[in-house]
Amino acid sequence: MPEIRNYTLNFGPQHPAAHGVLRLVLELDGEVIERTDPHIGLLHRGTEKLAESKPFNQSLPYMDRLDYVSMMCNEHAYVMAIERLMGTKVPIRAQYIRVMFDEVTRILNHLMWLGAHALDIGAMSVFLYAFREREDLVDCYEAVSGARMHAAYYRPGGVYRDLPDKMPHYKASQWHNDKEVKELNESRQGSLLDFLEDFTQRFPKLVDEYETLLTDNRIWKQRTVDIGIVSPERALNLGFSGPMLRGSGIAWDLRKKQPYEVYDKLDFDIPIGVNGDSYDRYLVRMEEMRQSNKIVKQCINWLRNNPGSVMVDDHKVAPPNRETMKGDMEGLIHHFKLFTEGYCVPEGQVYQAVEHPKGEFGIYLVSDGANKPYRLKIRAPGFAHLASINEMAKGHMIADIVAIIGTQDIVFGEVDR
Amino acid sequence: MKAIKDYIQRLFLWEMFKGLNITGRYLFKKKITVQYPEEKTPQSHRFRGHHALRRYPNGEERCIACKLCEAVCPALAITIEAEQRADGTRRTTRYDIDLTKCIFCGYCEESCPVDSIVETRHFEYHGEQHGDLIMTKEKLLALGDKLEPQLAADRAYDAKYR
Repeated sequence: MPEIRNYTLNFGPQHPAAHGVLRLVLELDGEVIERTDPHIGLLHRGTEKLAESKPFNQSLPYMDRLDYVSMMCNEHAYVMAIERLMGTKVPIRAQYIRVMFDEVTRILNHLMWLGAHALDIGAMSVFLYAFREREDLVDCYEAVSGARMHAAYYRPGGVYRDLPDKMPHYKASQWHNDKEVKELNESRQGSLLDFLEDFTQRFPKLVDEYETLLTDNRIWKQRTVDIGIVSPERALNLGFSGPMLRGSGIAWDLRKKQPYEVYDKLDFDIPIGVNGDSYDRYLVRMEEMRQSNKIVKQCINWLRNNPGSVMVDDHKVAPPNRETMKGDMEGLIHHFKLFTEGYCVPEGQVYQAVEHPKGEFGIYLVSDGANKPYRLKIRAPGFAHLASINEMAKGHMIADIVAIIGTQDIVFGEVDR
Repeated sequence: MKAIKDYIQRLFLWEMFKGLNITGRYLFKKKITVQYPEEKTPQSHRFRGHHALRRYPNGEERCIACKLCEAVCPALAITIEAEQRADGTRRTTRYDIDLTKCIFCGYCEESCPVDSIVETRHFEYHGEQHGDLIMTKEKLLALGDKLEPQLAADRAYDAKYR
């Protein structure tokens, strides 16, 4: 009988199901995966090193580009690390805005994940529906910051600008007459908060729709149930965090365990899975979207009733407003100082983690007292998750590798940094 | 009892039909598609697109070559050279923005003390070779002149937030 040799297959970096630039070298025995060897680094941009040569405020836009589907959460970890080193107290309204946008970001990320994951496994329509909802949320991003993805909205000491009191409208065209446009603009009549509130009221029903399409669907279940099982012990040892850890049944969430900003004042639950397979992680993420929706609602209520400053009133950290800058000599000096040399952060080191949609996203910042970081280390959750792919995929069929990459929610911006 | 119910539902593809019910309903609903070139999605007045240089109402260019934008640019996309003009004022002789480097963070606009460099709502542009995307002072001023009413209105509206 002839000896059967293992077959080596290159998966990616151009494979549509590889979620970006993942290259996997798969060793196969027939159709069964023996070994998975992820090759990363194709999207390495040297963010950590780049940050060492720039003043603190200038590295902020680069944080958006780490995990480019949950932009504001990355910024959040970075600005909180700086604030902790400097001992800056952030105005409460800015904290609520940040929490609200963190949760909007979580919904954005999970919708993106849901659409891509379902598409990989063969459910096309969920992708279209998920992107329809994402459109409303990126409109919120655009309304506050001016960019649909790379917001650069959070700043050390608060957020750049307060929420706008009007939303942009659709305009009539040859395709839609005035009456149709009026219908489209119905939710856009009020402020950003009104628009977002309208979304939060619609959203739970839409999550129900996604669940109707997937949760009981036999094809979906065949593709996800018992795929990539991780036991709670292994999940801990592999350094999992976020939905990957909660899917294995460990109730760990930084928003609950070490509340930052105003999470301790908000009412929400953290869902956990039972079996630690892809299906449970799917259920966990679906429930997280509902919980995020709940948090956004609470933030909207608070923000409506509590106007105020969104930036710390310390011109050594935050630039003065335009009026002060133009009319006041001292303001102008502060403005020039901040935009040329920035601010010096006291000597010291800090590790600040946030509950990012993918897990624990941490910034380890070492400052030697200069206006640039001495060292910036990014703890990306996706890196730890991807490192476990060999263990998760072993013994599965080759088609299941796609489901496993999907369930890990890998984004290469943060893995390769 | 539940087992029997589950069995019958599975046998008759119940969950499939529930899913098809949703997709079927969307088939007959009004489409949300935006027919792009003729029709556009709503654009915020804070939108950060292509750069432009503005002028004062009397036609004098605003930029005084303080080089704050050059200093704050995280991507080092801005290059400025300045000289004294015949009338004794300080102006730029060269103001280049390399759009292939630019990351559209909006820091240049934030830093500008005279509201000269702005990020406009214009986002539909292309270059056919590398040099086409290096914006010179002339190109930026021309775009600023073209878009001035919109730029002024957007800045005026947003003034209370900045």
